[in-house]
Amino acid sequence: MPDIDVPLVGGRFGRTSRRDLWWVQPLVVLLVLSGFVIYATWAAFQGNHYRFGPYLSPFYSPELWGNPLTAWIGGRPGWYPSWLIFSPALFILPFPAGFRLTCYYYRGAYYKAFWADPPSCAVGEPPRSYRGERSFPLILQNVHRYFLYIALLFIADLAYDAWNGFWFDGHFGMGVGSVVLLVNVILLGGYTLGCHALRHRVGGVLDRLAGARLRKRTYDCVSCLTGQHMTWAWCSLLWVAFTDLYVRLCSMGVWHDWRIF
Amino acid sequence: MATAKFRIWRGDARSGKFQDYTVEISAGMVVLDAVHEIQATQAQDLGVRWNCKAGKCGSCSAEINGHPRLMCMTRLSQLPLEQPVTIEPMRAFPLVKDLVTDVSWNFRVKEKIRPFRPRPADAADGTWRMDQSDVDRVQEFRKCIECFLCQDVCHVLREHHLHEQFIGPRILVHSAALEMHPLDTENRLGDLKRTQGIGYCNITKCCTKVCPEEIKITDNAIIPLKERVVDEFYDPLTRLFRVFR
Repeated sequence: MPDIDVPLVGGRFGRTSRRDLWWVQPLVVLLVLSGFVIYATWAAFQGNHYRFGPYLSPFYSPELWGNPLTAWIGGRPGWYPSWLIFSPALFILPFPAGFRLTCYYYRGAYYKAFWADPPSCAVGEPPRSYRGERSFPLILQNVHRYFLYIALLFIADLAYDAWNGFWFDGHFGMGVGSVVLLVNVILLGGYTLGCHALRHRVGGVLDRLAGARLRKRTYDCVSCLTGQHMTWAWCSLLWVAFTDLYVRLCSMGVWHDWRIF
Repeated sequence: MATAKFRIWRGDARSGKFQDYTVEISAGMVVLDAVHEIQATQAQDLGVRWNCKAGKCGSCSAEINGHPRLMCMTRLSQLPLEQPVTIEPMRAFPLVKDLVTDVSWNFRVKEKIRPFRPRPADAADGTWRMDQSDVDRVQEFRKCIECFLCQDVCHVLREHHLHEQFIGPRILVHSAALEMHPLDTENRLGDLKRTQGIGYCNITKCCTKVCPEEIKITDNAIIPLKERVVDEFYDPLTRLFRVFR
């Protein structure tokens, strides 16, 4: 590839002629993502107050190992390290965390907010070498589609949880928590089904889609969600944390779950 | 008559400085009008490249108050005029003079992209048949006016100066237009990974934000190309599936 003829002037950190508040967006991303990670980590290690009535916190769903009466497989497995606090969420959260960590939208957002790479568009970076996503460790971002496959299973599981949230002692009903769980799976579904990797898998991989009507329609639907991926990403992130908080506080007796019918 | 102050970069690759000019402004003026006024009345040697004044030739790219934009499509009414409006040349390319940069690197890189190679003709008269919906996807990329604002704002070129390793968003759009074309049979994925540096893109979406043609560069061109590169080089299941298909 031909070299560029004249040496270019190097920038310096924060150098820009922009006059808008360019630092606000990365700062908000940094604060919200940090807050979420801190809360999710704290909640995951609690290991209790994740069920209330028919509601199950999404951080703990599916409950593979946990309470022997409710878990899919059973109680604490024998191979679980004795030095590590036991919590059913620790079997679950690495997968949605990996899905979000490798998400194309979040990547762009946290590269800016956490690494200042760049701090914002047309703003100078700290002086350092740059390797992008070509080499370890960021080349691992290419594993995103595998996290997607797992995330799709989680959506089915959370839909099942939302359905269960409408059944109180064998009777159909609705509490505020039922709505919270339902909104949670809708938002997470909108985020997951708008994934760029899914868009590629369902049709983007092909140059000719017109002959495959179902695939074309699916591609169009996913593309529609992909266009609002950022909105789905933030709404679902905040709501999933709120859902856990709602179930937790109801279980602790701090909040009262109001029954609508 | 109302006036506005403009702070314009004057100089060449060796040295330069900002110089202030005051211009009488009127309703509907764009930044390029003001620059022309300055050129006509105050600084006849001011270097500026322009052509259509309609946002279609991509010549008058510059940085206005730090934002890469077309001067002809930036109305003064969009800008805060209580402070001087800064106008600078694009930073990702060598400066020739004042607001003029040498963008020829883009054309030299573009020549390296493997050209369109259509499949054999569909009909006996040597023509092809394509569905409109399949063409629509790549048609978006044909809107590009080659203003190179996306190249200018891309931090890989602008900050890290990796012009030898990374072709930049504009050339990736060009590559996507060919790679996703329903008639094309060429495979450019190896080039994209090895010599054209698609892995350098870290999806900041700055290129999409500055595109005056509102091409969704990241979502519709770069990420689909990245996914195709993953298919080809990083996804063992896809490769395994291909073996047994």
